[in-house]
Amino acid sequence: MKAIKQILIVIAVSVGLQSYAQQTPAPAQSGAITIKGATAHIGNGTVIDNSVIVFENGSITAIGGSDTASKGRVIDATGKHVYPGFIAPAKSLGLIEVNQVRASNDEDEIGEFIPNVRSLIAYNAESKVVESMRPNGVLIGQATPQGGRISGTSSIVQFDAWNWEDAAVKVDDGVHMNWPGSYSRGRWWLGESRGWKPNKDYSKDLEEIKQYLRNSKAYNAAGNTSKNEGFEAMKGLFDGSKKLYIYTQGEKEMIDAVTLTKGEGVKDVVIVGGYEAYKIIPFLKQHNIPVLVRQTHSLPMRADDDYDLPYKLPKILVDGGLLVGLQNASMSNFQTRNLPFYAGQLVGQGMDKETALKLISGNTAKILGIDNKYGTLEVGKSATLFISEGDALDMRTNIVSHAFIDGRELSLETHQTELWKRYMGKYSGK
Amino acid sequence: MKKLALVVVVFFSFSFAFAQDYFPKNDGVKEKNTNYTAFTNAKIYITPTQIVENGTLLIRDGKVVASGKSVTIPKNTIVIDLEGKHIYPSFIDPYTGFGVEKPKRAQGQGRSPQYEASRKGFYWNDHIMPENKAIAKFEYDKKKASDFRKAGFGVVNTHIMDGIARGTGVLVALNDEDDAATRILDDASAQFFSFSKSVTSRQSYPSSLMGSMALLRQLHWDLDWYAKGNTNTKDRSLDALLANKGLPAIIEAGNKSNDLRADKISDQFNLNYIIVGGGDEYELIDEIKATNAQYIIPLNFPDAYDVSDPFAAKYISLEDMRNWNQAPVNPKALSDKGVTFALTTHELKSPSELQGKMKKAFEYGFDKTQALKALTTIPAQLLGKSDKLGSLQPGRYANFLITSGDVFDGETTMYENWVQGRKHVITDMGQKDIRGKYSLNAGGKTYELNISGAAGKPKAEVKLGETKFPAKLEYSDNWVVLSFKDEEKGESFRSTAIIPNTGNNFSGKMVLPTGLETSFTAVRTGDAEASEKKHKEKESTVEMVPVTFPNVGYGFKSKPQPQNILFKNATVWTSETAGVLPNTDVLVKNGKISKVGKNLSAAGATVVDATGKHLTAGIIDEHSHIAALSINESGHNSSAEVSIEDVVDPEDIDIYRNLAGGVTSIQVLHGSANPIGGRSAILKLKWGENAENLIYDNSPKFIKFALGENVKQSNWQSFSRFPQTRMGVEQLYVNYFNRAKEYDAKKKSGQPFRYDEEMEVLAEILNGERFISCHSYVQSEINMLMKVAEKFNFRVNTFTHILEGYKVADKMADHGVGGSTFSDWWAYKYEVNDAIPYNASIMASQGVTVAINSDDGEMSRRLNQEAAKSVKYGGMSEEEAWKMVTINPAKLLHLDDRTGSIKEGKDADLVLWSDHPLSVYAKAEKTMIDGTVYFDIEKDKAQRQAIQAERAKLINMMLAEKNGGGKTQAPRGKEKIRFECETIN
Repeated sequence: MKAIKQILIVIAVSVGLQSYAQQTPAPAQSGAITIKGATAHIGNGTVIDNSVIVFENGSITAIGGSDTASKGRVIDATGKHVYPGFIAPAKSLGLIEVNQVRASNDEDEIGEFIPNVRSLIAYNAESKVVESMRPNGVLIGQATPQGGRISGTSSIVQFDAWNWEDAAVKVDDGVHMNWPGSYSRGRWWLGESRGWKPNKDYSKDLEEIKQYLRNSKAYNAAGNTSKNEGFEAMKGLFDGSKKLYIYTQGEKEMIDAVTLTKGEGVKDVVIVGGYEAYKIIPFLKQHNIPVLVRQTHSLPMRADDDYDLPYKLPKILVDGGLLVGLQNASMSNFQTRNLPFYAGQLVGQGMDKETALKLISGNTAKILGIDNKYGTLEVGKSATLFISEGDALDMRTNIVSHAFIDGRELSLETHQTELWKRYMGKYSGK
Repeated sequence: MKKLALVVVVFFSFSFAFAQDYFPKNDGVKEKNTNYTAFTNAKIYITPTQIVENGTLLIRDGKVVASGKSVTIPKNTIVIDLEGKHIYPSFIDPYTGFGVEKPKRAQGQGRSPQYEASRKGFYWNDHIMPENKAIAKFEYDKKKASDFRKAGFGVVNTHIMDGIARGTGVLVALNDEDDAATRILDDASAQFFSFSKSVTSRQSYPSSLMGSMALLRQLHWDLDWYAKGNTNTKDRSLDALLANKGLPAIIEAGNKSNDLRADKISDQFNLNYIIVGGGDEYELIDEIKATNAQYIIPLNFPDAYDVSDPFAAKYISLEDMRNWNQAPVNPKALSDKGVTFALTTHELKSPSELQGKMKKAFEYGFDKTQALKALTTIPAQLLGKSDKLGSLQPGRYANFLITSGDVFDGETTMYENWVQGRKHVITDMGQKDIRGKYSLNAGGKTYELNISGAAGKPKAEVKLGETKFPAKLEYSDNWVVLSFKDEEKGESFRSTAIIPNTGNNFSGKMVLPTGLETSFTAVRTGDAEASEKKHKEKESTVEMVPVTFPNVGYGFKSKPQPQNILFKNATVWTSETAGVLPNTDVLVKNGKISKVGKNLSAAGATVVDATGKHLTAGIIDEHSHIAALSINESGHNSSAEVSIEDVVDPEDIDIYRNLAGGVTSIQVLHGSANPIGGRSAILKLKWGENAENLIYDNSPKFIKFALGENVKQSNWQSFSRFPQTRMGVEQLYVNYFNRAKEYDAKKKSGQPFRYDEEMEVLAEILNGERFISCHSYVQSEINMLMKVAEKFNFRVNTFTHILEGYKVADKMADHGVGGSTFSDWWAYKYEVNDAIPYNASIMASQGVTVAINSDDGEMSRRLNQEAAKSVKYGGMSEEEAWKMVTINPAKLLHLDDRTGSIKEGKDADLVLWSDHPLSVYAKAEKTMIDGTVYFDIEKDKAQRQAIQAERAKLINMMLAEKNGGGKTQAPRGKEKIRFECETIN
């Protein structure tokens, strides 16, 4: 109830303030800030009770128990919780605003193999949908193109920026590939019967991928007289500067994907989806393949599957020793603010809360290759974090009072909070 | 000599039998053949139950003159001795498309769907074509006729297999020798119906199964009105339907649930539908029996799936695996229950599959006498032709089979199929039975030759010592052609011989691998050994896995029963003013909540220790689209005449998954394609019960309305349907309600009126008997509908979605309408730009009764979490948040006197949670409806293991089938169609 009162105070204070279409990005951190007294969830599996967290110039300079010295502005967070900013991988956030309004759609370019298509330059730093992530603690995302066989190249962005250059955390970090299915759906609208049946073109599809990888590799070995932007965009996959994100669910498909792409010299492969990854854990482990699992809030894919298979799948993979993160690539972007609750669902399945947290913070940062700066609360890392009134993985208690990206304190207002306040104001006669 | 006699018969009958008296003849002289033909010494199945040994069948002029033990044979009779042979009435297939070309699909035109009918002077819907006559399109197909005859058929009933009302059919004798004047037995043999639209028209309505049902109902209301002469115009469809009255009415239902749907319409209008089933009737056998209808049943038993690739096998659901294993029991199941049914080759690739399918059915215990009835007397009776067809009693057509033995035995040879007294030879009857074991001498070697199989189509095996040589045998016109191969040496031997009339041996010419021609002799040494395959078959006994309720994965072996249970020491969320009660007991007795209090005595009830756990009322989802076979009837802008109750699917696995999320009741709403949608089905999720039992008793009546982008068809290519703007939406309502008002007034005045289901439903709204749940987004349209309702003096019951409800919450409270909303959805379309997750809290703060709904089969199983989001967004108290998924939706659905809270006397619809029910960490452990536990987390674990074991077992059985040479099909997975508001189906 305390939390609610505080919110009401916040409302009372902010009602009547002029509202903007989007929140103004915060200025750079000017002085040291200390968050004191909170339970700090580090994002690597550990917790510090009654913690002190100090950050300066955007970076964490001290974190420890109550005996750690405070510095600068002190935020009393006694009884509250501090988390690293959550990271949303494989999302088209900022690339589409309203699903059914075509004019607002920049997420899917035509073409089957278009790795040279880059999400970053289309990323809308002023998206209202992106803004709505922040009050739930989701502060970083991988802006990802959709569609085709190779959809394009993603970039990692933070969610409080004036423009896309400003937003970029890691530019052109990965290439995204939709793996073909060995089974395909009947195209009933063309008169085929509904349902899954063997995909006759599966080997042909694989051959196409193989040829594209081979051509890319050969092209980048130098000696070409004419530019090929697509092949060039693939270069990073072979030297380890880019990762290959492969979207697939089936065990056969995963085995094919890893075997083929690794065989062609791709350094880092990440499986996105991995519904049947639990059937091939030793294989994935052997090849060091991380899995970004589909959101736990989804239905089983097959009628006879355990009703809670999607709920527990990430836990099975973690228990099996894989590096696991959570994504909701197949969902509408607005849903991504529920990322913390996808992790929370795992706790009901017997995973401990700190491990569950890793799946949307520390682990994801590692998988995306930004763990040098983001994902955990450690000295030297970016002060990208937030304070919640309670357990941020549970919707009842995920109530964010402060949030920082690179030490900059964000507004937690959104188009939605403004409408809330405007109409509550109307009804209360203000 | 026998042979010669037959040739003579054919010759004579060809020239004389059916020449019409009054037809002039110029290519010769008119002569008559009044000779008889007698078939003697045969075992004659006069009917399936009237069988005579050593009987005589006497025919003349294509008809049976006499049949039985002591038949007097007139002098002018050609006698055919059939000693040791059997005679059966030939089969009748009552449901085929024989000789009628399938209509071609109409091509699309323009950028919008077609809403109006293409025809004038006919019914207003193109898919209603009772005026169609199959005879106009019929062309006798000799090739197909021959296929049918080989399978034992003498007569088939055919029709134009297209449309919802398909017109009349033709009954045809498969008589190649005569022309249409003779073989067309009836050119209006029956009238045909189905639930499937015609491919010849693109008229949108009906776009759904429930629409097809409504259309069939309205057709009969309109027929009644038309028949009474109330219409000034001519309707050739209705005229035809009137003319066809009295003909047998056959409706293709196609599966067990559609059988029940067809029967419902049949009963309502006294149509006496003969129902063409789907082969899965055994799964709902009691309900099928209760229809008291007569059936035509296909033998479409699926082939085994090829499960050798484990990656592929996973696509096959347990339901489909079971169907392969269980489907052959269907004829037996129906027959055991005493259901009257004929069999059909419909849905078989060819009539030649009949024998294999019948064999399967017999392995599963189907009685051969019943089988014969289902192929002869019953189809004759269904078609009203028992006096002409189906038996060999005097006066019937001389349609019969001559076989070497039991017609259903695979080893039996079918010799002849006589139709209308015309002989059609299948296998030469004069040919000698050469089955046996022989010693074959050729080229200085002695082989062992074993000839087995059917007498008319024998198979050979050749051995030299212990080495088996693959062999091929052809036998016709008394000539044997035998070839075999020494695979090791790659040498082939070919030989041919004529079978002598006498003696047991034969000899002929053999071509050795070297090309050298030599002679061989085969000396009979004994009876044939049954082939190896035959051995195997005999060993395998049928094992059928049990049918569950429902017959899919996670179905119950037996339906669960209500229990008296005492929940001890729970934290009880009452959803009443009593609030949340710590350490409280709840006693469930006879399906009701009997007591709530401390330290209650069990009094014989099973005690469940709920210490540390939370007990709540079951979750109610005001807006669901699970458990239905169709959601939108998008063919008209108003579809009040359709009802989701018609298309409830009790086998949807999402029912079970909802139970696992603590959901006990749902309103299955029509979709949002039309301003006026269809009627709702309000269900209790009693997994394992049939559709009827899922629907609430005395269910409150609801209908779905919809506003905004979907009804304007803003987001897809459709520009021809009114309304295309929000302005038009209002006018559509005003118009429909004005018409309904006038309709109702006329009805109440006692004047004659045309019964109109759509108007009936709308009048119920005006009369306060039916409630509206309206899909809505933006404030202008919300306000508009309230004003329209007020103008017509009723109140909107619920706005569902209502994402801008917060902007007009005060007006909603004044109007008295509730809001059933999403917790946090937005940004998926233009009209939800201003949707905010604070909506529920704001509406509630202004006194609106608010529920949180799902509109989604996934979210519905976590509605507790969705409710919890209002604690986060807007600071609602936990108790109030919980009410938004229990008592509040119960109030909105007018069910709050029965369910939605924990209160003595209410239905025991309860959920036991492992944790705080609003927490993302909580799991439903037990979900109870009316005192019956439908989900139990422990039993679920056992179910998982059982499913795995059963799948493994069935996979092994299918592998065995494949290895035993059985037919297989590539694994396929059903694609589940998940509905939401916008699903057009």
